[in-house]
Amino acid sequence: MTGQNNVALPAGKAAQTIQGQERSPAGGIQVKPLSKVDTGETVRFVRVDAGRGLNSRLAAMGFVPNTAITVVSNNHPGPFVIIVKDAKMMLGRGVAHKIMVK
Amino acid sequence: MEQITIALAGNPNSGKSSLFNSLTGARQHVANYPGVTVERKEGYCRHKGYEIKVVDLPGTYSLTAYSAEELIARRYILEEGPDVVVDVVDASNIERNLYLGTQLIEMDAPLVFAFNMSDLAKQRGLEFNLEQLSRLLEARIVPTVGNKGEGRIALLDAVIAAAQQGRIKRVHTVQYGGEIEEERAKIEKAIVEREPQLAEKYGARWSAIKLIEHDEEILEQVQHQEIRDLVSTSIAHLRSIFHDEPEIIMADRRYGFISGACQETIKSSVELRHDISDSIDAIVTNRVLGLPIFLGLMYVTFFLTFTVGKYPMYGLEMLFSWLAATVSGHWPIDHALWLRSLLVDGIISGVGGVLVFLPNILLLFLAIALLEDSGYMARAAFVMDRTMHRIGLHGKSFIPMLIGFGCSVPAIMATRILENRRDRLTTILVIPLMSCGARLTVYALFIPAFFPPHWQGPVLWILYVVGILLGVLCAKLLRMTLLKGETLPFVMELPPYRMPTSKAVFVHTCQRGWMYLRKAGTIILGASIVLWAAANFPRPSRQTLAGLSEQAVRQQVLQYSLVGRVGRAIEPVIRPLGFDWKIGTALIGAIPAKELFVSQMGIIYAVGAEDQSTSSLADRLRADYTPLVGFCVMLFVLISAPCAATAAMTRQESGSWRWAAFQYVSLTILAYGITLLVFQIGRI
Repeated sequence: MTGQNNVALPAGKAAQTIQGQERSPAGGIQVKPLSKVDTGETVRFVRVDAGRGLNSRLAAMGFVPNTAITVVSNNHPGPFVIIVKDAKMMLGRGVAHKIMVK
Repeated sequence: MEQITIALAGNPNSGKSSLFNSLTGARQHVANYPGVTVERKEGYCRHKGYEIKVVDLPGTYSLTAYSAEELIARRYILEEGPDVVVDVVDASNIERNLYLGTQLIEMDAPLVFAFNMSDLAKQRGLEFNLEQLSRLLEARIVPTVGNKGEGRIALLDAVIAAAQQGRIKRVHTVQYGGEIEEERAKIEKAIVEREPQLAEKYGARWSAIKLIEHDEEILEQVQHQEIRDLVSTSIAHLRSIFHDEPEIIMADRRYGFISGACQETIKSSVELRHDISDSIDAIVTNRVLGLPIFLGLMYVTFFLTFTVGKYPMYGLEMLFSWLAATVSGHWPIDHALWLRSLLVDGIISGVGGVLVFLPNILLLFLAIALLEDSGYMARAAFVMDRTMHRIGLHGKSFIPMLIGFGCSVPAIMATRILENRRDRLTTILVIPLMSCGARLTVYALFIPAFFPPHWQGPVLWILYVVGILLGVLCAKLLRMTLLKGETLPFVMELPPYRMPTSKAVFVHTCQRGWMYLRKAGTIILGASIVLWAAANFPRPSRQTLAGLSEQAVRQQVLQYSLVGRVGRAIEPVIRPLGFDWKIGTALIGAIPAKELFVSQMGIIYAVGAEDQSTSSLADRLRADYTPLVGFCVMLFVLISAPCAATAAMTRQESGSWRWAAFQYVSLTILAYGITLLVFQIGRI
């Protein structure tokens, strides 16, 4: 997983370090883990920082670039609940850390 | 009569099972796919002169090679070639559900879409232009309501029409865009030329798509290194263009295809759709209330299974003891006593031993059906996932393990709620360590016999805790060794809450009950009869038994029998545990069921276990053994070899005798080791 998404992004923001990984300056703007998104917010899916298995599984469940993800509940340490493509899903915190959104 | 085979594919929670039940009614057959703990359900129905075989494929989101369920589903479609594949789609969540449909279209399977739960979709203000959508997807679409049986006839009509039509030449398929299509065409051409076996088996286009997706199963079947290299080059090329895995881009394109098809054909008039479910979820998954609610519901499940289940169980026990007493009472004195014993102690008590579990199993599955059909089960999994994850198990594993404190047999059946094979096997293997009700009868004899009243509670508690701790340790160990593998990160769909329908719950419950009787029942019955024979043969000569009291006769028979001999033979082995031949014999005699240990001890000491003189048995035990030995016996009974019924269940649910044997042997070794340790240290 080296790249950013293939959606055009305004350039010029500084590179961010997410989970210890250097992001390239062009694609790194405001890309953050889903776990950092507050309840009620809607964000767009960018990518999953994980192996092929989880990537493919999430893609089948509707996590494809630019899909809207609405966070229904992010109450630490409570459940992490989101809506993706009209389906309500619960995620473990570990997965929510790996899903990158903007 | 003409025969056609159809396969039901669909997402988890699409209502596939209820549609399957409504199509086939009671005419179904449940088994496991060979070698894996994935359920294979088949059923039959008749329609317009056709005998239709319906195969229920595992619920999946996709058809990749990443999980056993998905592999099974796609192998079935590709290799067994059903006449029609019915894609069961949750009509209230079309977009996500059609993803699987795009893959079925790609596989070129003759396809019918069942837009299930169409009542719910209507309620949510979704309007479909089915005619147009059907033209775009090039397949018949039938609205259905699985749990109410609506749309059944129309669906069967569509299935027959599709079967008669056979494969069609498709106009619309997912277009992956210039670069990917280019690479696909290259690989497809190479497959046709160099790998005709792939083209023959799966179709060249599909194989090429899967190869670009880096599908391990298809890659393995590629025979030429050049083709492999070609694929790697293509993937690397695409990766450099997209800065992402080609398979992700392809998933994106599939979703693009779907939204293209849906845009024109689906209208939504209501925006809010999760409101009621949301408010229920706010309560049941609340961080303070979630756990108590879950534990409360588990208590109700346990109560229903074991406390309410006790009454029909007593009824059955009484019926069988009445039957046994009647047969014994009318038996001519001194004629073919072995035959009487076979009938009474072998067959009647064996059949009784099978049926006695039935009320528990029916009630447990009634409770599980209610929890699952209402949509709560997914939430329960989440509530427990944090804790269970630490020991390498899935949140849902908690439920079968809890049931295990009542009885391992229904508990092992309850592992069917787990979708992942490794989770399921691990749970099955450690369930016997949850101290079941049968073992309580052994504790009830031994604890008062050896321990003063103020020690009795703590000793019982220690036994349960030892079981739980060992269960946790074994689960961890299994996940680190034999059942190693990525613990699936927790992602789970939360289906909207629904009112379970009585019909669906009824069918589900009866199915399980029948399956238990047919599968496990026969093995349990067989084992009881074999063990009866071992405890009664060879018999001592008539002269030895002449003039002895009934109890003394039974004592002599047992000691002379195979069980008694084996019990004596293993004495040197069990000596280091503090056990003598009497305990050895009782342990061997208790192989069919743990509670038999008490009655076997009764026979050895020639005191009737049935009459109320167990206190005298306790006295005799106290005279012969120290409290340490008593504790060691209980420890050994707790950990060692599960009962025959449990072994039969493990065999059935894991799909192989190997796992049952592994469980049996390793638990016995574990019991031996721990008891040895406790006895040797305790003696100092």
